[in-house]
Amino acid sequence: MLAMFVRLATAAATAGLVLAGGAQAQEMAPDALVKSVTLEVVDIIQNDKDIQKGDRKKVIALIETKVLPHFNFQAMTASAVGRNWDKASADQKARLMDEFKTLLLRTYASALAAYGNQKFDFRPLRAKPTDTDVTVNVRIMQSGSQPVTIDYDMEKRPGGWKVWDVRVGGISLVANYRTQFDNLIREGGVEGLIKALYAKNNSLEQPSVAGAQKK
Amino acid sequence: MMNRWARIVFLALLLTVAAGCATTNGGDARDPIEGFNRAMFSFNDGFDQAIARPVATAYREVLPAPVRGWVRNFFANIADLWIGANNLLQGKPADTVTDWARFAFNSTFGIFGLNDVASEMGLEKHNEDFGQTLGRWGVGDGAYIVWPFLGSSTVRDSVGLIPDIHFDPVLRHKPTGVRYFMAGTRGVSKRADLLDASRIMEEAALDKYVFQRDAHLQRRRSLIYDGNPPRAGREVSRAEEPASGAGKGLEAAVRLLEQPASPAVSTGG
Repeated sequence: MLAMFVRLATAAATAGLVLAGGAQAQEMAPDALVKSVTLEVVDIIQNDKDIQKGDRKKVIALIETKVLPHFNFQAMTASAVGRNWDKASADQKARLMDEFKTLLLRTYASALAAYGNQKFDFRPLRAKPTDTDVTVNVRIMQSGSQPVTIDYDMEKRPGGWKVWDVRVGGISLVANYRTQFDNLIREGGVEGLIKALYAKNNSLEQPSVAGAQKK
Repeated sequence: MMNRWARIVFLALLLTVAAGCATTNGGDARDPIEGFNRAMFSFNDGFDQAIARPVATAYREVLPAPVRGWVRNFFANIADLWIGANNLLQGKPADTVTDWARFAFNSTFGIFGLNDVASEMGLEKHNEDFGQTLGRWGVGDGAYIVWPFLGSSTVRDSVGLIPDIHFDPVLRHKPTGVRYFMAGTRGVSKRADLLDASRIMEEAALDKYVFQRDAHLQRRRSLIYDGNPPRAGREVSRAEEPASGAGKGLEAAVRLLEQPASPAVSTGG
C-alpha cells in the first residue's frame, strides 16, 4: 500500500515536472539561457537546408519561436521612445511595440544570415545570485580582428529572465533608435513615428536579402 | 601629407566653431555642424554606392575567403605596432606586451602576418588609436564631424588622426607606387568586411545619417573604455544628458577618474 502510494506520488511528481518543463526553462540562469538559445539557433541554422539557401521566412519563424519569447518588447519600445512614451495612448503603444518588434525581427534575421561559422565565447556571469538586473556577455571570435562583443541586458521578470537591450560592439540597439524616434515624434507626433515604422517595415519586403547568403 | 592633414583639421575646427555659433533649434548638441555633415554623408554615400561598394563586392566574389583572410591579417598585423604604442600611452603596459608579442609571433610563425596565429595562442587583438588615447586622457568627443572618404569622426578623433596617419607604416612606405597599392588594398579589404554590416544598417535605420552618427558615437565611447563604459541608466533619454560639449567632456573626464585603470589591463583573461 505504502509502496504503491510512493509510486503514484513519484509518477505524479514526474508528470508535474514534465508539465512544468516550460517553467523550468524560465528559471534558467540568464547566462545559461543566452548560451542554450544561441547554440540552439546556430545549430538549426547550420543544419537547415532551406535556411542555408536563403529562406528568409524560415529564419524569421525560427527567431519568432526561439528568440523573441525571451525579449521584453514593452520595455525595449518604451526605452527607445523615451520621454514621449507617456504621451502615447494604449492603442498607440501596442502599435508601436508591434512595428518596432517587426523591425528588430527583420534586422535580426539579416544579421543571422551573415553568420559564417564564427566561434562564440560565452563569458562567465559577473553578478550576485540575488541580482535581478544583469548583463550577459558573449563574444564572437574572428581572426585578424578584435572579438565582437554582444551584451544582453536582462531583467528577472515573473515569467523568467527577459532581455531589454542588446549591445553589439558597445552600440545599444535601444539607445540607437532614441534620437531617430525623437525626431520623428517631433515632426509628426506619435502617429508619425508609427507611420514611419510601418513604411520602413513594408519597404523591407522587396530587397533580396538572399544575396547576403553568399560567403 | 602631414601638412595637408593639419590644414584640413584646422579648417574643420574653424568650421566647427563657426557653425557652433549658429546652432539651430531642435538640433543635436553633439552635432552642431549637422548641415555640413549631412552633405558630406551623402557625398560619401554616393561614392560608396558608385565605387567602394561595387569594388568591395567584386573583391569578395573573386577572392576565396582564406585569401581575404590573409590580406586582413597582414594589415591587422602591421597595425598592432601602433596599437601597442597607444596602449602604452594609455597606461596599459600589459596590453602593449600582448600587442607587440602578437606582432612578433604573427610576423614570424604567421609568415609576414598572413596568419593570425597569436589569436589562436590566446593573445587577443585590441582596438586602439590615438583618438582613443586622447579620450582615455580625458579629452571629450567635441563636435561630430563627417569627413569626405573617411566618414564619421569627432573633433578629438580628427586630431588623433594626425599621429595615426603619421605613424601608419603603410602610409610611410616607399616607393609611393607600392604605398598606394597597399593603402588601396587595405581600404578595399576593410570595406569588404563591412558589406554585411552596412546592409544590415540600411535595413535597420529610419534615418541613415542619425543611425550612423549615434552608432559611431556609442562605438567610440565603448572603445575608449575598452568595452566597459559606465553603465547608463535604463530610461535616460538624450534630453536628460548634459547639453553642452564642454559639459560632456568634463563628465567623461570625471568618469575616467572614477573608473579604476585595472579592469582594462585584465582583458586578456
